[in-house]
Amino acid sequence: MAVPATMAPVARRRSPARALWRRLRRNPVTLGALCVIVALLGAAALAPLIAPFDPDATDAAAALQSISWQHWLGTDIYGRDQLSRILFAARVDLFVPFAATAIALTVGSLTGAIAGYRGGILDQLVMRTVDAVLAFPALVLAMGLSAALGHSIGNLVAVLTIAQIPVYIRLIRGEMLRVREMEYAEAARSVGNPSWRIALVHLLPNCLPPLIVQATLAMGFAVLTMAALSFLGLGIRPPDSEWGEMTAEGASQMVTGEWWLFLFPGLAIMVTVLTFNLIGDGLRDFLDPRMRGVQ
Amino acid sequence: MARAVFVQRCARDTPLPARTHSARAGLLHKGGGNRSKWPVTRSMSLALYILRRLLSVVPTLFGVTLISFFLTYLLPGNPALVKAGPLATPEYVAEVERRMGLDRPMWEQYGRYVSGLFRGDLGESASTGRPVLEDFLQRLPATLELTLASLILAVAIGVPLGVLAAVHRDTWVDHLGRIIGVAGVAMPTFWTGLLFIYVLFYMVGWAPAPLGRLAPDLSPPAHLTGLYVVDAALSGNWRVLGSSLAQLALPAATLAFSVMAPLARMARATMLEILQSDYITAAWAAGLPRRRVVYGDALRNALIPIVTTLGVIFGFLMAGNAVVETVFAWPGIGNYAVTALMTKDSGPIQSFVLFVAVMYVSVNLAVDLIYALVDPRIRLG
Repeated sequence: MAVPATMAPVARRRSPARALWRRLRRNPVTLGALCVIVALLGAAALAPLIAPFDPDATDAAAALQSISWQHWLGTDIYGRDQLSRILFAARVDLFVPFAATAIALTVGSLTGAIAGYRGGILDQLVMRTVDAVLAFPALVLAMGLSAALGHSIGNLVAVLTIAQIPVYIRLIRGEMLRVREMEYAEAARSVGNPSWRIALVHLLPNCLPPLIVQATLAMGFAVLTMAALSFLGLGIRPPDSEWGEMTAEGASQMVTGEWWLFLFPGLAIMVTVLTFNLIGDGLRDFLDPRMRGVQ
Repeated sequence: MARAVFVQRCARDTPLPARTHSARAGLLHKGGGNRSKWPVTRSMSLALYILRRLLSVVPTLFGVTLISFFLTYLLPGNPALVKAGPLATPEYVAEVERRMGLDRPMWEQYGRYVSGLFRGDLGESASTGRPVLEDFLQRLPATLELTLASLILAVAIGVPLGVLAAVHRDTWVDHLGRIIGVAGVAMPTFWTGLLFIYVLFYMVGWAPAPLGRLAPDLSPPAHLTGLYVVDAALSGNWRVLGSSLAQLALPAATLAFSVMAPLARMARATMLEILQSDYITAAWAAGLPRRRVVYGDALRNALIPIVTTLGVIFGFLMAGNAVVETVFAWPGIGNYAVTALMTKDSGPIQSFVLFVAVMYVSVNLAVDLIYALVDPRIRLG
């Protein structure tokens, strides 16, 4: 990835946005994934406008129809249009993981930064808690928590947040231990900044790149976790639509050969997760020069 | 002869690039974070390392029991009410509450819970009315069979795939591996399972009905290990062996597919790194045959970092169990736990969560200890 010598003066002038665009053009997979994400977000936001049917309108006469020009993705046992339901489900399936990731990222990086910078008892306490929470596979912890807290959207956000927070704390703390010994940290200390200010204003921004990569990958994982919870009946419940819950409903129709009912919601999950993972990988190549050789 | 000795010396003396360890720390939750705080000094012996690693498990396990206790504490519903039955008077419910210790302060309840754990008392299941430990032991072999089968399958396919992808970089093997890897991580496990069932059972008819561990007209083999495949093979019951293998195939493949990707990825990255290292260059320069350099010197050194991913893989498997067992009606503890979660049966939920965490911590501990035994750089710094 060495920049040719003749490019050096240009490189100094170009803005970060242009640098990003330059890289994206050379990386069609990431660019494609970004387009898919924009399309998904658009579909979720505009669901009431673009959905061909009311997602909750039942129609006994149109029950269990296979894919057709009228119902692109078929209908379920109540005659509800599956495409419309998948589009509306995208709102929940994108919003809940996004809210959870955003909260976990914020709280986790602040906690990790302070624990890592201050060290001592506080650090020990935080890290032992993190160890204990990380001893549970995320899905198992989420299962237990969602059974304990209940199934509302707010609780699901809380469950997914708790399940992923320790990863950020650990990540940012590790980075913090590295950067707090650097000269610019020493410089910030020497002019008498309070320690919270050094940790959050001077050091934290320099720890962000790996965190952003982690958050993108965690988005995909959160979508999967939520779908699995709903599939097991521990997340969003009928009659609300959610991809995992729709897959579970479709699974019971599989016996009689109605393949479209389990296939398409699962496909929606896969495409979404795949997209976030591809963007995460692209971001890692972009932000973490150490990983560039390996891919 | 002298050449081989030279290469082996190089192999021993050249440290891996530092990235192997950072990649490992990123993947493995345990251990990685502490190392930078207390740098492992050259004088620290293996015994000290093992002792420290063993001790580090104590606070983790304490936290784990706290969390599993609080989960049940938070669960809605009053267990005494369930136990007393729907027709009980408030006085009787209060009496049951007293007997179960639910009127005591929280810390006292926690103390009773932990001391119960040491005596093997995992509480009672409200729906089966039996001690959870009994239910657990009955279902554990099913889960063990499924987990082991998928682990073997994932390692048998994932590791060679990753190694081949690294050796034949940017060829079709590499691309195939990458596609499988990317898809394997993105596909929800339950959906993979349903796809397998739909194609291989409903459409083609190769697989048996996805209902449990044996065809319904067969009775289980004599109980030796509890693993049907092993028991049937040991007792020479070939029909049962065939049936249990056929029943096991799809759930094991589903679970294996979901964890194959990280394994293959790690194998590829490690192998690539080693193939570019100085001692491999030295081996090429010494004119050693390709087969020997790639599959002798390089692969042998790549295996150690791959082993460390097994701890993480195991966590994925335990979580995936719950989902896969539900899809395939597999009578293991994952299935048991999901049923309990639906009915808010606190005993089994608490025990499942605790069991998974304890298993996860132990496996990671074992992996770290094995790693320290085989790789002196970990303890010598």
